[in-house]
Amino acid sequence: MTGLPRYLRIALGIIVIAGLIIVPMNFNRYGLFILSQWAVMTIAAIGLNLTLGYAGQVSLAQGAFVGIGAYAAGIMTSQGLPLIAALGVAIILCFAIGWLLGYPALRVQHHYLAFVTLAFSTLAFLVFRNEDWLTKGIYGISNIPRPNVFGFPTNRPLPFYYLCLGSLGIVSVMVWWLIRSPWGRAFVALRENPIRALSLGIDTRRYTLMAFAIGSALGGVAGTLYAPLTQYIDPVPFNLSLSLDLLMMVIIGGAGFFFGPFLGAMIAVLLPEWLRFTQGYYLMLYATAVILLLIYSPSGLLGILDRLMAERRTRTASALRAVAKSRLEAAP
Amino acid sequence: MSNLFDLLVAGLATGAIYAIVAVGFTLLWQTSQTINFAQGEFVMLPAFLMLAAMQAGAPFWLAILIGILLSMLLLGLGFKLLLVDPMLRHGVLPLAIATMALAIGIKEAVKQFFSAEASPFPSIVPAGDISIFGHPVSLQSLGVLTLAILAVIGLTALLNRTSIGHQMQAAAQNPTAARIIGVPVERMILLTFLINAVLVALASLLITPIYLAKFSSGEVLGQAAFIAAIVGGFNQVRGAIAGGLLIGVVDNLAAAYVSTQYRAAIPLLLLIVIILFRPQGILGRPEERTV
Repeated sequence: MTGLPRYLRIALGIIVIAGLIIVPMNFNRYGLFILSQWAVMTIAAIGLNLTLGYAGQVSLAQGAFVGIGAYAAGIMTSQGLPLIAALGVAIILCFAIGWLLGYPALRVQHHYLAFVTLAFSTLAFLVFRNEDWLTKGIYGISNIPRPNVFGFPTNRPLPFYYLCLGSLGIVSVMVWWLIRSPWGRAFVALRENPIRALSLGIDTRRYTLMAFAIGSALGGVAGTLYAPLTQYIDPVPFNLSLSLDLLMMVIIGGAGFFFGPFLGAMIAVLLPEWLRFTQGYYLMLYATAVILLLIYSPSGLLGILDRLMAERRTRTASALRAVAKSRLEAAP
Repeated sequence: MSNLFDLLVAGLATGAIYAIVAVGFTLLWQTSQTINFAQGEFVMLPAFLMLAAMQAGAPFWLAILIGILLSMLLLGLGFKLLLVDPMLRHGVLPLAIATMALAIGIKEAVKQFFSAEASPFPSIVPAGDISIFGHPVSLQSLGVLTLAILAVIGLTALLNRTSIGHQMQAAAQNPTAARIIGVPVERMILLTFLINAVLVALASLLITPIYLAKFSSGEVLGQAAFIAAIVGGFNQVRGAIAGGLLIGVVDNLAAAYVSTQYRAAIPLLLLIVIILFRPQGILGRPEERTV
């Protein structure tokens, strides 16, 4: 993305945003559902990208945080509380749990965070399934209402899609600002060279926990949208495989690239839909495509683009060098 | 008391299977930094290969042999050449993600080409009970335990008593130094992949008669093996064995004495406690801290 001139980038951005607003207007219910799902999963993946791509911490619990957000929304809105209250609860809960979870793991070595989060992911699933009094267990919570936003009901698919898209927009802007702030720089410093970051006076452990907690909180945000989107939640969608799926989205999109999660979520949510005509084979084809992509470009889809840009720059530079050299030789 | 004894035997039997799977897991990690998230699916697949061979008319013993050979070909050689080799130089994470995708692929392929339903699988140990100290013990548990112990003893003997085993350990501990003193490191790495393939095929043979052959059965198994490997010690074969046995026993006791709903939580809590107080695992060597 960085290789394009500024006006082209802005034009491209406007076209994509306008497209996301206008094109779905005549989509059917199912198409809108899939697109809303894409927006929700993108929010969760942006959170994970912050943790993994920018701060370099592997989390296998993002799906569990989506689950916590979804249950917060499901439980509170069926009691008649507004969704915005559930959003606040989900953010605080996920942030706090993320912080506490990272604490013991980072006391030892940072790849233990992956193991602890893996365990947490399954523990959260067990709580969702077994604590009937709170989560209604395997029967799930049904008839979750969709919210009114500034007096506009979002019961129909299109307004709700706009709510998801708007939330994605707000989250994107906030994260964009965050990674350009000193905090974001500190996150990248953690990933690139923790020892150097430490020697520059960055409290690496606090920033690592912070990156993990903020990423988890965004998982909670995605969850609070997920519950009113499906209007029914049960424990099954929030098991370990959702966490693994989200991790895959971040990696195939391109970890550490701002737009990576957008692309990754698009591949993970939409590609299986497009491949549905192949019937039982679609997940197999999806898995094969992911493996081939990772073999070809381990830094994901945006990694390919990045590489092409870099090659073009090198070619331009060497062409300029050749011209300069011939001029030098031609000169007496 | 008799109840406890039964639980211990059953726990040790499943634990021994977890141990076999966990040993393969740590071997791959040690020799080639592969965190194989598809290890559970690797255990699920050979049972279906054997079932397919039997459907094609092969007798049980031949089907087992075909299953093990195909497993070596697909999950050993194929896995290494097609997935690990091209990805290894890119680091641990992309490879780990690729194995997650592989897990989805294997599961879906089995669902599509075999069946989405659970299929029964013949046991190599006859059913029935045997009396030990006047106490009936299921032959199946005992047989599984014996075979698993034999496999573990065989593997440890291979690693510690033979020249090839020493070369494999050298290749795992310090590939550069091993290469200098003439160890064919590449061949040794391939060998660990083949050993892993045999181990998962064996685990498949032992566990499938108990839990039936189902495309999704790898998920639980893979996670158990993963936890066993971390609890026991990620960088030690004997650690993985101890971890496997411990998880098997704890799992069974938790189901009986704590709660069936939260039985899966107990090994996870054990995992978190271990990471807190002894992160290198029960028998593992501490890894050097980078910071």
